[in-house]
Amino acid sequence: MTQTSSSSAPVLSVRGLTVQAGHGAAMRQVVGDISFDVHPGETVCIVGESGSGKSVTSFSIMGLLPKGSLTPTAGQILIDGEDLLTATEHRLRQLRASKVAMVFQEPMTALNPVQRVGEQVDEVLRLHTPLGAGERRKQVLAMLASVHLPDIERIYASFPHQLSGGQRQRIVIAMALILKPRVLICDEPTTALDVTTQKQILTLIRELQQDQQTAVVFITHDFGVVSEIADRIVVMNSGAVVETGTRDTILANPAQAYTRMLVSSVPSLIPRHRALHDAEKVLEVVKLEKVFEEKRMFGKGRRVVAANAVTFSIRRGEILGVVGESGSGKSTVARCVVKLIEPSGGNVLFKRKDLAGLPAREMRQMRQRVQFVFQDPYRSLNPRRTVGDSLIEGLINFGTSREAALEAVTRALVLVGMTPDAMQRYPHQFSGGQRQRLCIARAVVMEPDVLVADEAVSALDVSVQAQVLDLLEEIRQRTGVAILFITHDLRVAAQICNTIVVMRRGEVVEAGDAMSVLGDPQHEYTRALIDAAPGREWDFQNFRPVAETLALAAAGSSPPIVVA
Amino acid sequence: MSSSPAVAAPVAPASPLLAQLKSTLRGWPVIAAIVVIVALVLMAIFAPWLGTSDPGLIDASQRLKPISAAHWLGTDAFGRDVYSRVLYGARISLTVGLGTVIIAVSLGLLIGVVAGYFRWADAIIMRVMDGLMAIPGILLAIALVSLSGASLFTVLIAIAIPEIPRVVRMVRSVMLSVRTESFVEAATILGTRVPLVMWRHMMPSTLAPLIVQGTYIFASAILTEAILSFLGAGIPPETPSWGNAMAEGRVYFMLLPGLVLYPGVLVSLTVLSVNVLGDALRDALDPRMAKRV
Repeated sequence: MTQTSSSSAPVLSVRGLTVQAGHGAAMRQVVGDISFDVHPGETVCIVGESGSGKSVTSFSIMGLLPKGSLTPTAGQILIDGEDLLTATEHRLRQLRASKVAMVFQEPMTALNPVQRVGEQVDEVLRLHTPLGAGERRKQVLAMLASVHLPDIERIYASFPHQLSGGQRQRIVIAMALILKPRVLICDEPTTALDVTTQKQILTLIRELQQDQQTAVVFITHDFGVVSEIADRIVVMNSGAVVETGTRDTILANPAQAYTRMLVSSVPSLIPRHRALHDAEKVLEVVKLEKVFEEKRMFGKGRRVVAANAVTFSIRRGEILGVVGESGSGKSTVARCVVKLIEPSGGNVLFKRKDLAGLPAREMRQMRQRVQFVFQDPYRSLNPRRTVGDSLIEGLINFGTSREAALEAVTRALVLVGMTPDAMQRYPHQFSGGQRQRLCIARAVVMEPDVLVADEAVSALDVSVQAQVLDLLEEIRQRTGVAILFITHDLRVAAQICNTIVVMRRGEVVEAGDAMSVLGDPQHEYTRALIDAAPGREWDFQNFRPVAETLALAAAGSSPPIVVA
Repeated sequence: MSSSPAVAAPVAPASPLLAQLKSTLRGWPVIAAIVVIVALVLMAIFAPWLGTSDPGLIDASQRLKPISAAHWLGTDAFGRDVYSRVLYGARISLTVGLGTVIIAVSLGLLIGVVAGYFRWADAIIMRVMDGLMAIPGILLAIALVSLSGASLFTVLIAIAIPEIPRVVRMVRSVMLSVRTESFVEAATILGTRVPLVMWRHMMPSTLAPLIVQGTYIFASAILTEAILSFLGAGIPPETPSWGNAMAEGRVYFMLLPGLVLYPGVLVSLTVLSVNVLGDALRDALDPRMAKRV
């Protein structure tokens, strides 16, 4: 951690900021009375769930609020004593980049796709400094080197699509920091990146910050990230500041109930379940292979091996997690299992019956036994049909009468913690978490033997995520369904999986009991993944560092693994 | 927080499409357009009771008479009552418009759905459509009419066929974008049969753009019919259509400009109104296309 220099004057000071949406009589407060200070060299994390107003706050600091729809109506945003809210457009332009800069969530959209990245970094210098072309190029190359990009001459002349996600984010950071701004605002800069890349980017931001004594405002929803980088934390909820404090106070000793709930919702990295060795195998995937081939009119197209000799099996009542970074082929495997795509080779045995070679007509009969929950709850319910119609569709397909189907759906809705009157409503009338419950109900009502959940909790806020994970666990215990759980998040996997399969570039690198895979990883890639998981030094459920938990365990005063 | 389940916004359950349509009926141009269209439809339906006489009745003694009590808009070169012909002409024009929309949209929807769902059919269908689009619509229509002889039905077909490719393209693109939606895949996993997946989950997405496209086809069909009649390749000349009336009146324009003017004004008014309505529907149903204010 950097030393908090609270004695020096704050470089950024937000005082009583209020932002309202709409205009005239229809004004609605989006963010109310936000105040916090950021000192040079300090990292302040703004944490909150979606809709908490954290992004609106960061956009106000940059003066990027959409004109006409969002207006700051009260308060001050002071940078070195100068109020940004009353500054002229001209002055704001001067301040951006030179005093305050921003790093966005999605580097691909933050960069211009048709301009070489070197020129894009150069543009910042051209607009804000009187330097000549040669001097600028020297500085840009130096900056690219300092964000640890390899082969900087080549990168300078590359277009954004030729770089990886992590490299693009490095370019965005280089652009933000080349004028050595006093304040750097990072709005979820690592959310779109894989964990291993995320770790590198976090290290990079930390390193540059120490060099330049930049004040960093870091917007995130991820407490793991927060525990690694924050000096101080601002917790926001529905447009207001809930609590402000140093990292250790907020994580170890939160004063507000909301903060306690948020922090303790972060799933632990310590696995909780053991493999079930004696249960019956319901699904076996044997040497599954999927090759995507680009069709070209002439010559051979690009071949991508998305899955190569993937083998695993799930037993009744077991949750098997497939973990891996983007591009590891985990979703491909999930989609092959339910035959949304045809595997190129291998077998998917459901109770010894091979689904892979099954013709469409017979496959339809098997559909009832294997169900799927999608990642994005906003897209997986037909927006034009009532929830009831969507939920009974499957049962009706297999010959259940409408009355019986409605009755079964009513029971399923109660099981997922919703009231039956949800059936008359349309999907847009529900929140993301509620919709995911509805999707789970839609799958569960079919009474499947296998449930495939493809990143089913990734789009949800951490508190909602915890509820949905509990729900899946409850359904497993009640119905004995086997769950194939695809996730990129090791914490989530540790929370509910009995066994874990680690995938990289279409291949299984390690598989086994969750306790042994996460507790004693054999493959270097698994170790790298666990290493990169943010916040692994912190035991969030028990509000203390993991080291302390272990020390207590060693002293014998507390069990090492607290099952919440 | 969703810990209290099923507490959604206290909105009455309403289909999103209906809500959007309601917001369409705002602004005076749209209301004026609807009034004009309704008036035209009423005029066409109740033509026999609106003080008209037989529009085909030839009276050699009454040729090219100006406005009078007996002939409210005068008579044409054959002594037929212009007022009656214009009113009955509305029947023809609206029938052609509506008929074209029904033929073009239903065929286009069918072909587009097939092209958008079955990859093997896509290449063949779309090349045929490209071929159709390469021929100018009016020329194709004239060719079709001269091949099969002039009647209301052949004119309908001739006008509808050149409109089909645009409908197909639009339906296909919507189907392509919606087939990767999770709720469509979800239906497959629930065991819904392919035709039902298409009908229930994919085709409703084409409804809004089809309504909009339909209004444009309607307007352009009325215009094309008038052009065909004017060129003498349309509906048989004894039938009272606006295009025929203008074609016949052209010769006597210096003498009685009304012969061209009355049907001409009605054609313009109809096409304008339908287009205004179409624009408003497009803005309401597809907010991305709306003009920035």
